[in-house]
Amino acid sequence: MANDFPNRAAPGRPVLSLRGVSKNFGAVSALTDIELDVHAGEVVALVGDNGAGKSTLVKLLAGVHQPTAGTITFDGRPVTLANPAAALDLGIATVFQDLALCENLDVVANIFLGRELSPLRLDEVAMEVRAWTLLNELSARIPSVRDVVASLSGGQRQTVAIARSLLLDPKLIMLDEPTAALGVAQTAEVLNLIERVRDRGHAVIMISHNMEDVRAVADRIVVLRLGRNNGVFLPDSSNQELVAAITGATENAVSRRAGRRQSDQAVQEAP
Amino acid sequence: MNSPLLDRADVRVKHADGLAGSVRAFVDRVRSGDLGALPVLVGLVLIWGVFTSLNPVFMSPDNLVNLLFDCSTVGVISLGIVCVLMVGQIDLSVGSMSGFASAMVGMLWVNQDWPLLPAIAAALAVGAAVGALYAVLLNRLGMPSFVATLSGLLAILGLQLYVLGTSGSINLPYGSAMVTFGQQTVIAAGIAHLLALAPGAAMLAIGLRTRARRAAARLSAASVGGIAARAVVVTVLLEAIVAYLNRGRGVPLMFGVFLALAVAMDYALTRTRWGRSMNAVGGNREAARRAGIAVDRIYLSAFMLCATLAALGGVLSAARLASASQQAGTGDVNLNAIAAAVIGGTSLFGGRGSAYSAVLGVIVIQSIASGLTLLNLSSSLRFMITGAVLAIAVIVDSLARQSRVSHGRA
Repeated sequence: MANDFPNRAAPGRPVLSLRGVSKNFGAVSALTDIELDVHAGEVVALVGDNGAGKSTLVKLLAGVHQPTAGTITFDGRPVTLANPAAALDLGIATVFQDLALCENLDVVANIFLGRELSPLRLDEVAMEVRAWTLLNELSARIPSVRDVVASLSGGQRQTVAIARSLLLDPKLIMLDEPTAALGVAQTAEVLNLIERVRDRGHAVIMISHNMEDVRAVADRIVVLRLGRNNGVFLPDSSNQELVAAITGATENAVSRRAGRRQSDQAVQEAP
Repeated sequence: MNSPLLDRADVRVKHADGLAGSVRAFVDRVRSGDLGALPVLVGLVLIWGVFTSLNPVFMSPDNLVNLLFDCSTVGVISLGIVCVLMVGQIDLSVGSMSGFASAMVGMLWVNQDWPLLPAIAAALAVGAAVGALYAVLLNRLGMPSFVATLSGLLAILGLQLYVLGTSGSINLPYGSAMVTFGQQTVIAAGIAHLLALAPGAAMLAIGLRTRARRAAARLSAASVGGIAARAVVVTVLLEAIVAYLNRGRGVPLMFGVFLALAVAMDYALTRTRWGRSMNAVGGNREAARRAGIAVDRIYLSAFMLCATLAALGGVLSAARLASASQQAGTGDVNLNAIAAAVIGGTSLFGGRGSAYSAVLGVIVIQSIASGLTLLNLSSSLRFMITGAVLAIAVIVDSLARQSRVSHGRA
């Protein structure tokens, strides 16, 4: 397994380091002894099967849940992320899988939620201009930013959620399944955007089930399985290796299927 | 224009331009179920029409002035209810709270010879403390506000009876500033007319300023004609109402205070970060939390504001009745205040509402009460009819919500 890369220098200083992070929900250990480093200017893809603990990890880092054990170091300092506000203040922005938008508020209000300009006399004009700028950067197709979010489609909501995460110019941005609801052009835009964010020196953590997207933008691929680290890969590792790490076996449903379909080729040997 | 405006780049969206466009947009909005204040206004016209045809005294200026005096007390309580409904909570103890506040003012001011203002301040402070207690019960112990405030209803009623003791009621001195304010003080006719100009002028000034700023930022802006038309309509309407009321005793100062509170509340709810947070917590509590909003503090502010306004409403009703009695705040005060907010269009489920819904709703409820009193009908009928109106209001809201969902509006 490609667990370490002696030839590959870290792209920047580590922005985020997790050491021995665990999270229990009652008797269930959702995460056990997770180690993770994310450097500035790096895109780390977090992959794993359903229930591997990817979303739980993101929620820990977003301050939604608190870890049961372990240390989180952000920007060189050990931090406790007691609530989402603490994570946002540190510069950790998150696009949640369930998006977490307020349907009764319009697009501008959602993008600026909790960060409104001039709190005692909201500057709606400046906020609307900034909202359009962010959305245009994402090539968003939002009919009107004064419509409530309830009237938007899934893809449009996704774009709004991503625009919101970019508002504060965060040091680390986490995207939980950012392209799941998007069309072809928008997916490409989001991937472009992830690269732009990385090139500006920010760190990115991206969760995705789409291996194509992962390979396209990730600098490293971190595999979780049943709440534990299960290897770190480079984007040029073979699909076989990745699937094996994700499912925990070289003999698995995916490989059997591949074997059936290409019966003339032998199933590759386990490493 | 060389390049399209920042918010007009999408060709698929229809935009309202000019006066005709605004009217068309309004009709579309209503048809899709975004009714706003329309059902209440229609209902109000119907109610007034029916009562006037049954007894012409109903629409007499003096009766309307009395009506506005009565509106102010429950209306202030209802403003607080709008706050807690906004965040998806409820306060069932506002009636008891108002009764207890009036009893406190009676005891401190009349029986213990406190100066008036400290006595009122003490009552409001107790209100704030009770609200804070509900918020703590909700935030720390997860006690639903429905239950917390239901027990508060009983406990505070007990306190009210305890404070009033065996006598059962405390009369406030006639001729004192407080009772005069509650029963007689009206805004001088000239000043009332001047004040009635203010909303239109403000609409015009703010509208033109926003228009200039939006144009400078390359955003679409409302037409000057539209802004002016709205300001003129509001001004003419308000001046007509003031002129009519001035044929009677005039505009009650107490109602002016209530309206000022409503305007302040509307500003706070729509133009400040606090108001945005209130809307967000009511709409999606978890999303608000993840956006970094301190949900606990929003609940705290909503409950404190509600109970404080309930106490203020109690003080006003003591002034109106010139007494603090065991009956104050009991009976229908509680439900009238909640019903007023809901009839006015504030959702029981949070995230949707406006300070003005308290104003409209309380006028509907007091109109029914006043009309039935003029017809010499018993309170049994009043309860039944108010109940029916509340049911209709909620049905209209519920149908409109279904329509909004199917038309893609929140």
